[in-house]
Amino acid sequence: MSKSQNFSADIDRPDLALIAEMVAPGTRVLDVGCSDGLLLELLSREKDVDGRGVEISQEGVSACVSRGLSVIQGNAETDLYHYPDGAFDYVILSLTLPALHKPRDILLELLRVGRRAIVSIPNSGYWRHRLHLLFRGRIPDMGAHATEWFDTPNLHPCTIRDFVMLCQALGIVIERRAQLDARGRANRFHGTGAFANLFGEQAVFLLSMKQER
Amino acid sequence: MTDRQSYAMEFAPANSPDGFRVELGRDEPLRLDSDGELGPFSTAYQTYGTLNPEKSNAILVCHALTGDQFALGPHPISGRSGWWEHMIGPGKTLDTERYYVICANVLGGCMGTVGPQEINAKTGNIYGLEFPVITIKDMVEAQAMLLDHLEIDQLFSVIGGSMGGMQALQWAVSHPERCFTSVPIAAAARHSAQNIAFHEVGRQAIMADPEWTEGGYLAGDSFPVRGLAVARMAGHITYLSEAALHRKFGRALQDRAEVSYGFDADFQVESYLRHQGMSFVERFDANSYLYITRAMDYFDLAAEHGGVLANAFQGVETRFCLISFTSDWLYPTSESREVVRALNAVAANVSFVEIESDKGHDAFLLDEPKMFETLGGFLTGAAKLRGLESA
Repeated sequence: MSKSQNFSADIDRPDLALIAEMVAPGTRVLDVGCSDGLLLELLSREKDVDGRGVEISQEGVSACVSRGLSVIQGNAETDLYHYPDGAFDYVILSLTLPALHKPRDILLELLRVGRRAIVSIPNSGYWRHRLHLLFRGRIPDMGAHATEWFDTPNLHPCTIRDFVMLCQALGIVIERRAQLDARGRANRFHGTGAFANLFGEQAVFLLSMKQER
Repeated sequence: MTDRQSYAMEFAPANSPDGFRVELGRDEPLRLDSDGELGPFSTAYQTYGTLNPEKSNAILVCHALTGDQFALGPHPISGRSGWWEHMIGPGKTLDTERYYVICANVLGGCMGTVGPQEINAKTGNIYGLEFPVITIKDMVEAQAMLLDHLEIDQLFSVIGGSMGGMQALQWAVSHPERCFTSVPIAAAARHSAQNIAFHEVGRQAIMADPEWTEGGYLAGDSFPVRGLAVARMAGHITYLSEAALHRKFGRALQDRAEVSYGFDADFQVESYLRHQGMSFVERFDANSYLYITRAMDYFDLAAEHGGVLANAFQGVETRFCLISFTSDWLYPTSESREVVRALNAVAANVSFVEIESDKGHDAFLLDEPKMFETLGGFLTGAAKLRGLESA
């Protein structure tokens, strides 16, 4: 939910194509932190979804509404609680999780409001970040927005492994996953293991709640 | 007799240059929330733009408490520009080259639609307080009858600010199939205790004026000028913000270098409010002010639906766009958010934006480019879905 996310930067958002690929056609989708609505528009056009969005900035909402999208100005951390259970087939949170105050709570909220969630994260365990810290002794800019440590919206940086462990602890099933390298290409380490954590700059997860037996 | 009274009484029966006036409810009277009925009754309205052959480009604009059907000027009494000149016109957000804009004087109003200043056909006397208490829903039903008369089945949009926004909400609840979109601006789903309290101050000011004569002033030769002016002054403060008042007037003095140590209008803000009060009296009826403020006070969409606002919107397919303003303390953003949450709870199609402005509640009437940008975008998107060809 960072305001600093530049709209024009969206064309450099290869994670959006991967997310779109995970959405089944004709479904109901909520995009949390939908920015200027690029993904929602893509989903409406290509997948015929009934899409809704939540966006924190007025500029973003106006841009979305101008595209004919149904988007409300709001904050994921306060507004998700007002949606009924299972209101959507998918709830999407792209690259926003580390910027939230309570990422764990919100992750659970995504899977309460949506039957599935699609979450993309910047991977703090990416090898370049590790080397940056190791050799330069400075916090790497993991959001790729050229921000200093005191300016970064990412309050809770996490690695792919951190995220996978959180999902296990919460009883969340990772149905599908994909890693992107620095050039935005899906790389071949599709596991959640050490290689994925080392070579994925971003990761996208399709999640659902473990069914009670 | 004030200009307003003579205007109301001399209003040409139909299609005068001053606009249109029709008689509605001749066959079937309007059943009121208060259990009474009204009919036949007159409704005065203005139109801007042209209705397309499919009758799919009609937008109903609902005016606020002190507004009327003259969204565009010149106003027949004051000669001034209309209250939504910024919004409506060729190339504007409500583009009259694309949309057919209808604006009707509300039930209880005093610009040609039936209200307490009109003659009660049954008694031959001016209604005064004999006029039935009306509600926002009654206003909407009267507008629906006007649409029947105009043979328009579905509005492309119903749009209004403040009380007009209440009507836009009520429209979507009462006649969802008749509004493709609904745009409540700076509005709420119910009147808060604070809103009611301010209205009560206004009403008491009118009723405390000896010239009010228990509402019978029009039959005699009096008019509660001071009472209505004070009501307007109190109301006007609630439409502004502290920041806007400060920016406009600060503590600046009116035509003098020092305070007078008396009770003249020393300060510019006093002089401004007095002027607002007196110019309002020229064009508004005191009893209308009582009736319309009452209608707003009674407004509570949730109450009719088991106290759960979301129930009011169950199954509604209308697309909503709500707009609020940061400095509006009369209908604050939290009220719009309540509506948004209720709409979300029933998976309705809703957009919402809060616009940064220091101009208070009145911002919806003013030149607010971000409001135009958002609303224009919303309407353009909806027009595509509705199959309205772009102009």
